[in-house]
Amino acid sequence: MIELLKQPWPWYTSGAVIAAIMVTLLFFGKSFGFSSNLRTLCTLAGAGKKTSFFDFDWKTQKWNLLFLLGSVLGGLIARTWLQSQQPLQLSAATITDLNALGIHFDGQLEPEQLFGLQSLSLQNVGLMLAGGLLIGFGSRYAGGCTSGHAISGLSNLQLPSLVAVIGFFAGGLIMTHLLFPLIF
Amino acid sequence: MKGLKFILAGIVFGIVMVKSEAVSWYRIQEMFRFQSFHMYGIIGTAVIFGMISVFLIKKLKLRDVQGVQIRLAAKDKQWVKYAVGGLIFGLGWALTGACPGPMFVNIGYGYLAMTIVVLGALAGTFVYGRVKERLPH
Repeated sequence: MIELLKQPWPWYTSGAVIAAIMVTLLFFGKSFGFSSNLRTLCTLAGAGKKTSFFDFDWKTQKWNLLFLLGSVLGGLIARTWLQSQQPLQLSAATITDLNALGIHFDGQLEPEQLFGLQSLSLQNVGLMLAGGLLIGFGSRYAGGCTSGHAISGLSNLQLPSLVAVIGFFAGGLIMTHLLFPLIF
Repeated sequence: MKGLKFILAGIVFGIVMVKSEAVSWYRIQEMFRFQSFHMYGIIGTAVIFGMISVFLIKKLKLRDVQGVQIRLAAKDKQWVKYAVGGLIFGLGWALTGACPGPMFVNIGYGYLAMTIVVLGALAGTFVYGRVKERLPH
């Protein structure tokens, strides 16, 4: 069983499990949306004193913070007991494209070159801060991220969520195809 | 403990995100370059199973654990925020290869540098809260 779980999971099992998590949360009386946690964390840090957007009872969101804690533990468990020995099966075309940008594929989940602690250059820190800033600002502006719009919203046939998801992709395509050659 | 079930749901989420490689920067790049079906398969099956489940929940008027009928909130119809906010989110998604869930999963997995992305995301959320009233929605 453990040996089976250690293999990379095929896309359809993952999609099914993600849908099951969304449904489970609905049965718990909650809705699946991860980026709300960023707002709650700002409130916990005291942002509500100055800004009304953060002035709400964070305890109503305690369940989502526990979900966040669980997701960190899930990452840790996957690393400790369920790690696969084989390298990530990235498409050859992507490997070639990234090589052209000077980013080398090392078979891990994240490029060591960008996310390794030893390659923590000023440029990498700047890129990560900027990327995070765009994610935090954009997801709150759009009222949700991939979990809230692409999964929960589209499952509920919400047209606004479709607009948001098209926006996510348009932004991703602009970054990948127009801005990456300038950045890397 | 009442909250334990949410921690467990989070653990399953974290594991599936790693095992399906949806937390991987490489996989997100592959998706935005249309060079593999992998990520489209994950999101596609999640949405299809999600749609069927939500349809049945509504059709059968299912109740949650507290006996309250499950109702899904409709998203308000302010198009500018979805389009512009979505676009800004997408720029960050492709750059870091992470969305809000996976950035935390990555920290658990041991990529501690993701903490910087989280700090950026908190700052971005804070800035949005500060300037919200002055933005078109």
